[in-house]
Amino acid sequence: MSLVNKAMGLGLRLINRVSSSEQLDRLHLRKATERALRVGSRNGFRIATSAARRFAATRKLLAPSRLPRAASDPQLFDLSPSEEQRMLQDAAQRFAMEALRPAASEADSSCAAPAELLSGAAELGITLLGIPEELDGAGTESNAVTQVLIAEALAQGDMGLALACLAPSAVSNALTRWGDAEQQTRYLPSFAAEHAPVAALAVQEPQVLFNPFALQTSARREGEGFVLSGVKSLVPRAAQAELFIVAAQLEGVGPALFIVESGGAGMGLSTEPAMGLRAAATARLQLDRVKLPATALLAAGDAAVYAECISLSRIAWSALATGTAQAALDYLIPYVNERQAFGEPISHRQSVAFTISDISIELEGLRLVNWRAASRADAGLPFAREAMLARQLAAEKGVRIGSDAVQLLGGHGFVKEHPVERWYRDLRAAGMLEGMLLV
Amino acid sequence: MINLETPKKFRMLVSQAQQVAREIFRPNSRHYDRAEHAYPQQLDMLGALLDGMNEGGGGEGAGAAGVRREGARETGNRNSGNLSTALGTMELCWGDVGFLLSMPRQGLGNAAIASVASEEQLKRFAGRWAAMAITEPHCGSDSAAIRTTARLDGDHYVLNGEKIYVTAGERAELVVVWATLDRNIGRAAIKSFVVEKGTPGFELVRLEHKLGIRASDTAAFVLKDCRVPKENLLGDPTINVEKGFAGVMQTFDNTRPLVAAMAVGLARASLERSRELLAAAGVQVDYTQPALTQSAAAAELLRLEADYEAAYLLTLQAAWMADNRKPNSLQASQAKAKAGRSGVQITLKCVELCGSLGYGEDELLEKWARDAKILDIFEGTQQIQQLIIARRLLGKSSAELK
Repeated sequence: MSLVNKAMGLGLRLINRVSSSEQLDRLHLRKATERALRVGSRNGFRIATSAARRFAATRKLLAPSRLPRAASDPQLFDLSPSEEQRMLQDAAQRFAMEALRPAASEADSSCAAPAELLSGAAELGITLLGIPEELDGAGTESNAVTQVLIAEALAQGDMGLALACLAPSAVSNALTRWGDAEQQTRYLPSFAAEHAPVAALAVQEPQVLFNPFALQTSARREGEGFVLSGVKSLVPRAAQAELFIVAAQLEGVGPALFIVESGGAGMGLSTEPAMGLRAAATARLQLDRVKLPATALLAAGDAAVYAECISLSRIAWSALATGTAQAALDYLIPYVNERQAFGEPISHRQSVAFTISDISIELEGLRLVNWRAASRADAGLPFAREAMLARQLAAEKGVRIGSDAVQLLGGHGFVKEHPVERWYRDLRAAGMLEGMLLV
Repeated sequence: MINLETPKKFRMLVSQAQQVAREIFRPNSRHYDRAEHAYPQQLDMLGALLDGMNEGGGGEGAGAAGVRREGARETGNRNSGNLSTALGTMELCWGDVGFLLSMPRQGLGNAAIASVASEEQLKRFAGRWAAMAITEPHCGSDSAAIRTTARLDGDHYVLNGEKIYVTAGERAELVVVWATLDRNIGRAAIKSFVVEKGTPGFELVRLEHKLGIRASDTAAFVLKDCRVPKENLLGDPTINVEKGFAGVMQTFDNTRPLVAAMAVGLARASLERSRELLAAAGVQVDYTQPALTQSAAAAELLRLEADYEAAYLLTLQAAWMADNRKPNSLQASQAKAKAGRSGVQITLKCVELCGSLGYGEDELLEKWARDAKILDIFEGTQQIQQLIIARRLLGKSSAELK
């Protein structure tokens, strides 16, 4: 094939792909994209980010408001959730099983979460937990464990929908943890109010061997402010988001977090549907010389804050892996007991039964390691090690559990009549992706 | 409040156990690995020390001591003997598993006595070293199939049979022997009997030569018309078909987390030493960079450490549940299965990571890899744990899921 033919082939393939994409219809993006094709864009990011509301501080804080370390110093080893945690866990679990699970299949194929589901999640008050009372939230102390329990519960319903529900709180949690007084008063009260903004924490980039500590997205100082350039991958609910926190390599400093309001010049989106997590309507976010004010930088580019952000995000992902793996185990047990082969339930065979045992062992191990990471974060202890080990388990065991779940259902596991093929796809993400979530 | 750190009140005990492991176990570890069947004299002194720790700590021992479930009602979260024993066991096995198994008065027989004996028996056997004899030449995992018989004759039971793989069988003063009152009845008829060494008809026939834990003696016995006082039967002498095996099997809910703890301590020793050797060669593990962007050796260490951490916390969970009198058969087996297999995988992989340094006898890595294997076998093999877990989760009987 000549070079010309090859180039032609690529161009036609692109048009073919874009114009036959059902994603466009589902996300109501066809018009914008057709226009993009007409103007013959050189890049693919012609979908505008949504116009952000005017975020303005309505009050003054003398100092940033943080959630303090848990007040009671835990003297004893304890695996019992508190009364309050149990209540929140139960509410999240009910919502997961009654609202998320039935909507999961449709949300997966349409790459969108139903609006009423997302507002239902907001009513659970998940975001409020991470916002101090002073800023209209409900948080009184550091509560990574509580958020882990809630994330586990939601992911039992569906991982993609759980991601869609939890994505905005990654941004509000980050602002509570690291925002200065000005940043907090500007943004946080709106997260605690009705019609809270959709927001997303964008760390992941479309690179092989992606390393969040070696970002391709760059931040350059210009005048008082910054100029950001780069591409962020799989940003949840990006098209709806009014606010992003974007990780970028700050020249002379290292990786840092920037508050970016949507709708700014140089920002563009392209849909990026993936193997799983489809309900979260993932998209690529392009930043083409996006100008930011000096106040956009979070925590003055502190390297320790950035590392903490990455670890807290991994804890949240491990919680989703735990919840989805639990869903798989709970689904498999009645299935292998009812499914007959050779005149008896397949669960009477050791190869099947032992797979169930292994799933339970690795699932429980993952849960405990992640709980330890979260409880150390709440206690103000170093937790990077535990978060990393939980991630390792989420990557290795989570994927194995997803695979075993499909395997135990055989051909039935491969078809969409059962949710296990979706769990297989979603579990691949949980031990791998960076950012997007934060406890 | 969810907290998975070592409880403050056990930190002293853990630190003492760590000192014992570092100062006494480790320096003697290789010597007694080579001198199989030689008694580690150093342990006598330690036994006395441990007795003191056990008494002083309100039943919070550092060895395989009391794992009794008291009937007393208490509300709230409890961190007690099961948890402290698991933590102490981990530290001591970081030093040497064979030594822990040879600690005077810390045998599995002691655990059995502590778990199921009556008050009178507890008093009578206090301060004595007790081994445990279950396995017979024709049956291991299938302990319901034992053939050793116990026949009531006046004030005595008369025991006949053959027992193998009795850990500390030579050194212990007492052996808790499993025997059946009636071979036709099955599980429910199996009882445990405390047999004093020196009882006529109770004869030690040989000591085994083993892959690992060579510091620990493993004995074989023959029981020939061995007369044991009636009051040495542990627990309830009546045959209760309803309760079945529950009496004797209940011991395992308490001892399995301890064997898991042994594997956890051993695995940690292996990981720590490998990490030191690799660090000296310039390999550092980073807990924030993705594993795939680190060296293959560092990524491997991360994988191993993740399995270690899961085994560690599953073990603490099972022990904590026992302390809080929550039914823990499932969690005890999960801990034993995970720790048993992880112990083997981790120690063998550490040998590989360290190459001929790991394989040679200058380091203890090869010894730890040999020691590890038994921990995935005794107190219920990997496969038995898997069966127990699966039956519980799937609601299956042993007749359905064989």
